[in-house]
Amino acid sequence: MNTMPAALAAPRIRHPRRAVAVTLAAGLAGLLVLASGASADVLTPESGGSPNADSIDTLYKIILGVAAVVFVGVEGLLLYSVVRFRARKDAVPAQIRGNTRLEVGWTVGAAVILVILSVVTFVMLDDIRNPPNSDASGFPVNRVENVQNASAYQPRTPSGRALNIKVNGQRYAWRYTYPDNDTNALNNVFSYEEMVVPTNTTVTLDIEAQDVAHSWWIPKLGGKFDAVPGHVNFTWFKIPRPGTFRGQCAELCGRNHADMVATVRAVSPAEFRRWLEGKRRQIDAADKLAEARRRQIQAQPQGPAPTPARQP
Amino acid sequence: MAATDTAVLVPEITVHRVEPEPRGWVSWVTTTDHKRIGILYIVTTFVFFVLGGVEALLMRVQLGAPDNTFLTPSVYNALFTLHGTTMVFLFVVPIMAGFGNYFLPLMIGARDMAFPKLNALSYWMLLAGGLVFYVSLLFHPPEAGWTSYAPLSNRAFSETAGMDAWIFLVHLTGISSLLGAINFYATIANMRAPGMGWGRLPLFVWALLVYAVLLILALPVIAGAVTLLLADRHFGTGFFDQSQGGDPLLWQHLFWFFGHPEVYIMILPGFGIISEVLPVFARKPIFGYKAVAAATVVIAFLALLVWAHHMFSTPSATVVLVFFMLSSFLIAVPTGVKIFNWVATLWRGTVEFRTALIFAVGFISVFLIGGITGVFLAVFPVDWQLTDTYFVVAHLHYVLVGGAVFAIFAGIYYWFPKMTGRMLSEGVGKWSFALMYIGFNVTFLIQHSIGLDGMPRRVYEYPDVGHLALYNLISTIGSFILAAGIGLTVINVVRSLKHGVRAGPDPWKANTLEWFVPSPPPANNFDVIPRVRSVEPMKDIRRQVERTEASLEVGAESGHEH
Repeated sequence: MNTMPAALAAPRIRHPRRAVAVTLAAGLAGLLVLASGASADVLTPESGGSPNADSIDTLYKIILGVAAVVFVGVEGLLLYSVVRFRARKDAVPAQIRGNTRLEVGWTVGAAVILVILSVVTFVMLDDIRNPPNSDASGFPVNRVENVQNASAYQPRTPSGRALNIKVNGQRYAWRYTYPDNDTNALNNVFSYEEMVVPTNTTVTLDIEAQDVAHSWWIPKLGGKFDAVPGHVNFTWFKIPRPGTFRGQCAELCGRNHADMVATVRAVSPAEFRRWLEGKRRQIDAADKLAEARRRQIQAQPQGPAPTPARQP
Repeated sequence: MAATDTAVLVPEITVHRVEPEPRGWVSWVTTTDHKRIGILYIVTTFVFFVLGGVEALLMRVQLGAPDNTFLTPSVYNALFTLHGTTMVFLFVVPIMAGFGNYFLPLMIGARDMAFPKLNALSYWMLLAGGLVFYVSLLFHPPEAGWTSYAPLSNRAFSETAGMDAWIFLVHLTGISSLLGAINFYATIANMRAPGMGWGRLPLFVWALLVYAVLLILALPVIAGAVTLLLADRHFGTGFFDQSQGGDPLLWQHLFWFFGHPEVYIMILPGFGIISEVLPVFARKPIFGYKAVAAATVVIAFLALLVWAHHMFSTPSATVVLVFFMLSSFLIAVPTGVKIFNWVATLWRGTVEFRTALIFAVGFISVFLIGGITGVFLAVFPVDWQLTDTYFVVAHLHYVLVGGAVFAIFAGIYYWFPKMTGRMLSEGVGKWSFALMYIGFNVTFLIQHSIGLDGMPRRVYEYPDVGHLALYNLISTIGSFILAAGIGLTVINVVRSLKHGVRAGPDPWKANTLEWFVPSPPPANNFDVIPRVRSVEPMKDIRRQVERTEASLEVGAESGHEH
């Protein structure tokens, strides 16, 4: 038996240059594949709608870069060792049981990579988690509206101003309730499915659920935030240009989970104001109609239900 | 005192009558032999594996085209619930118990498990759990996913008894695993061959020890959680009902406090198999035995501290998110250490490309991808984009198919000769590997992109936007290639039972004690239990035999020197 006391540090490579060249070529090929993939957006998450989504995308790409190096390195070593050290005539396996320095080295190496990733995450976290101020050209919002929900971890803009929309998940639709300047939550403007928001304005969302757990997700506007009954979750976005962004519920909520879609349409602040006023009028008209209908029913309490009144 | 001493020193063996060896199906139903129970485990769980696989293929057919109407939403939801539950509770966890049952006593030089009858009970509880669960197909299978999040799993939203069948499955398989774990622990702690200290325990046995401890720590939590769910559903309590002062998030915490250790319960025995197979076919000792064993223990400890990384998108304070990101990062270190040690084990060996070795190397190459995507998911802002999408589906299948299943197949090819006395066909085995490896990667690599393109998991249909249709078609085609590869191994096993080449006791020239006994081993395993002098006792025995033979030859030639 071969009892050569050689350590791994001195492997029997007959052509060290060729080995290095092969490893480099493999690495380069891998990077090329990655690069071509990245250009097709096969390898990165959706972004481009809001700064937090862009920051997540950047963070993801940094991790992807580190991951690609680790991937190519380890797979290369693995491939090299099974090809180079395949059983051959007269080949004698080296009876090595370990190498403390090497083992400590790669343990520390793995830890260092993770420390770097942690630091990068911490540096970028503020941009992702905490909403910035609205631009001067954004939709003007009063300061009061954002302090209704007191929570230790609710992200706030530095100025305290943001358009705060309540998002309520219910099987199988989303309801959006817009703020107004009173404390009565029943007469607010609301909409279903399509959320219309002003551009250049920080929009904060209070995410709630009515029945089961849902998850709010518009990929281009940032990550997912679960809507859990009994809890309020938070996120934000700030859309620079008009556009439509689609998403859907990301937490299994029942049979039509796949059809619980959400749309965010960003319009200019002026158009948003018009939309808000139009909605306001629609809702007022509907409220008046309901009021009239209620009076009608109350007028004849015992009788059969009257036919619905036509709109005046 | 003296009287008892004498009694111990002079054991009296009285045989009144010799029990005939039981035969036929009754012998299998009444068996307490760890090897037979092991085979029952492996065969039963493989049947469930095939069932879970068929469920997966049905789902892939549905997703093969956008806006497909092959399956209804309720059938689709039932299928992914059945698939996930089956693969976790009825395949990966118990098949590891099956391998453990068969090989743990053999590897440590014991004649059976510590509690043979309890061992049989473990198996029958598993079968009962599987049957109770699958009987729900006859009425309404559960539809809330294998995670069964409240309130969706509560009676208001899952009124059918299928949900209760799921609860009973968790209870019954939980009892099965818990009893099995206690048995493993007691056996390892007490019944090792003379000389087998903790530093000479085979690495698969180390993995089983840690598997057992994790099961004992994690299972009571899920047992409690499903009991609370059962009470919520039927007895009017409100543990998970916010309108009664309960909290749906409590379910998620309890579930994942079990669920994340469960991931390591599924993968650590697989690590153990890899750590057995690589040194044998590289003809080289495992690189850094102590580091590999220690990494197993460290992974298990950290596995109990990372559960909320499954809940990064729930309402959470930043400090909580940061804690669970860092704890999840920590777990990457011992996992990386294992991968480096495995590669170093191959380094400067003489690698023999037997099917078991190929599956083990395939395991490392794909498990690495699962590990790397795990780091992405540990970074919580990135997780906000990736969680609950097909990226996570891809990640978990890289860990559990690329990881656990490839390790299980390495185990099948490695240990089949010991269990049956016959060799599996290497040619069919290599084709099986090739199809599985290609099929697996075609199915799941593209699913990362599906998720990155915004497709959530657990959706029965998707619109024809972007590349989703193409990517999903690729994934569906891959799943059938993967299934064909698995089918080849099934054929290989069935054929080789009768027609395989005779294996003999030690076809691989392996390192551990199970190869010391005939194949298949006799009922009592060992007539003589060898003394263990190193971590590779079988290698020592082989060398001793070679030396003895050589000296006998020399002795014969030189005319009886001794």
